[in-house]
Amino acid sequence: MSGHSTYKPQSKVLQWIERRLPIGGLIHSSFVVYPVPRNLNYLWTFGGILAFMLGVQIITGIVLAMHYIPHVDFAFRSVEGIMRDVNYGWLLRYLHANGASMFFLAVYVHMFRGIYYGSYKEPREVLWILGVIIYLLMMATGFMGYVLVWGQMSFWAATVITNLFSAIPGVGDAIVTWLWGGYAVGNPTLNRFYSLHYLLPFVIAGVVVLHIWALHVVGQNNPTGIEPKSEKDTVAFTPYATVKDGFFMAAFVILYAWFVFYIPNFLGHADNYIPANPAVTPTHIVPEWYYLPFYAILRAIPDKLMGVIALGASIVILAFLPWLDTSKVRSARYRPLFRQFFWLFVIVCVGLGWLGSKPPEGIYVILARIFTIYYFAFFLVILPLLGIFEKTKPLPNSISESVLGAKA
Amino acid sequence: MKIQRKIVALAFAGYLGSTIASALAQEHDAPTPPRLRWSFSGPFGTYDQGQLQRGFKIYKEVCASCHSIQMLAFRNLADPGGPGFSEAQAAAVAADYKIKDLDEKGEPTERPGRLADTFPPPFANELAAKAANGGVAPPDMSTLAKARTFERGFPWFVFDTVTQYQEQGPDYIAALLNGYEEPPKGFQLPQGGHYNKYFPGHNIAMPPPLQAGQVTYDDGAPQTLDQYSKDIAAFLMWAAEPHMVQRKRVGLQVMIFLIVLAGLMYFTKKKVWHEVEKPREIGRGQDPRKTTV
Repeated sequence: MSGHSTYKPQSKVLQWIERRLPIGGLIHSSFVVYPVPRNLNYLWTFGGILAFMLGVQIITGIVLAMHYIPHVDFAFRSVEGIMRDVNYGWLLRYLHANGASMFFLAVYVHMFRGIYYGSYKEPREVLWILGVIIYLLMMATGFMGYVLVWGQMSFWAATVITNLFSAIPGVGDAIVTWLWGGYAVGNPTLNRFYSLHYLLPFVIAGVVVLHIWALHVVGQNNPTGIEPKSEKDTVAFTPYATVKDGFFMAAFVILYAWFVFYIPNFLGHADNYIPANPAVTPTHIVPEWYYLPFYAILRAIPDKLMGVIALGASIVILAFLPWLDTSKVRSARYRPLFRQFFWLFVIVCVGLGWLGSKPPEGIYVILARIFTIYYFAFFLVILPLLGIFEKTKPLPNSISESVLGAKA
Repeated sequence: MKIQRKIVALAFAGYLGSTIASALAQEHDAPTPPRLRWSFSGPFGTYDQGQLQRGFKIYKEVCASCHSIQMLAFRNLADPGGPGFSEAQAAAVAADYKIKDLDEKGEPTERPGRLADTFPPPFANELAAKAANGGVAPPDMSTLAKARTFERGFPWFVFDTVTQYQEQGPDYIAALLNGYEEPPKGFQLPQGGHYNKYFPGHNIAMPPPLQAGQVTYDDGAPQTLDQYSKDIAAFLMWAAEPHMVQRKRVGLQVMIFLIVLAGLMYFTKKKVWHEVEKPREIGRGQDPRKTTV
């Protein structure tokens, strides 16, 4: 998408199509000759992995939907029917359930990479914000998908999460009733969650197109955080990026297959193999692992409304990152102080995840509060101030200089 | 200065560690079920047919009087990877059950079970099940082995991803069946409750269901409570995950394919990037194409 494509198809048929719809040229300029920085490391393969995971989720999901029944009396049974009576139904379902986890794992690597190398900074703000929107849509989709199983954890997670809206003063209860389609989580809730769970992945796919479009306008960031200056700084997308992405995707799928075939229920919750029962509350209601840090933030705050606001703010704050980080230097490679605060931030996020899985009592609450304070301080205090006070290391003159040494 | 800072950091870490450890200790009032050896654990695990058949006998003769297993069909007994009954044997099992149906005139009737039927529940509905069992309906056993677990805690749950330990369900069930004992002094056991050291809260409604010698084995396996509890736990694991053997077999094929694929991709990548990744040679002004991989 940078400039005119010089693509000229060989065959007459393709030339005929190209004159009417230059789709070959679009593909050629976006995925073949598109210049990528030569120094990208393997963390940059996660964009491709995420696109692959979205594809896997949509394909397995469409087939699962052919066998699933969105009704409170049949949902759990139909999922078990998929596991028992549909040919390779167990494979489809485990691919889909673990696929969601792998999708989130990949998106977290992708996001932390973006933060570490300052990929959200000018001129990539819109690219970053589109990413935050995709992440929000993923969270909504994943949550509603988990509810569809209609096990105990599905039901109670739906109850807890929808109830968060009741914290809104005045209209809270009315909103919750509206969300439920009744006075409790029930059949209308399950039906609309099913409808939206089918819709949102295609919305994600749409925003992904915008995300890739924005990426191809501004180009990829790279570990040095300085823009490519000459042709020496870049390589062609194909074969260089494709083969590198392909290799790491294969490696990532090994991890995915390990979970699917050997420990398919490790990331799930045993209680979700008990059919939903509104009369029995599980001892610990816990969301899926990828929401746990936010769940910990929610519960760290004693007031319900403030907790919900903190939960929302902890995600929305990501969209403001391009302006909260005041440093002109992008990459953590040349920001020694930022690097330390970054790794502390990673530890805090993982720690919040662990605390989210613990009951909200004693030492866990205290730790969750300390970690929540750091989470917000990282964005609101540390990043703005670092840009002013941090002494950054000298930047190389170009990407090829950083790779080849000053001689080249 | 640096050493001082390190000492402070270490002290703080130690403080955190000890408080977390004590918090963890308080959380577990029930003992951890012992980890048993299962034929179906690990990447090559398969169900032991004899064990599943013994377990099925226990289910049929003991558990089935209170617990339904509604997602299991008679035909499943003859499915590959399961207890290994022949189709005729499974049909004979089915024929022993009475299934509620409608006759040609639409009148309610009972007929012998067929392979396609699922195991009929012992009670007409949940209310009947509750009424007959002191207000608590015995859970359906179809997914029970996957619906029961115990907390592994950090760092064990991390190691479990590598060791593939995921038999917490059958471990818990086997432990529970062996876990009945006299309540400790001072423990207030409510009316109709039974003390079980592995049950969360220790007050379980189910009376001890199995005693040694209760079920007759035809294959010479010991007729002890220990053996019974292992056999029924294995049977329930199969009932909850009937395609596990196929899953692990396909998994091995997929793994071999993926490892070969990733290996080939790696060497392809190395070859393609060869020119780009020869910075020293390029720096020396050599042609990178003329150097070897």
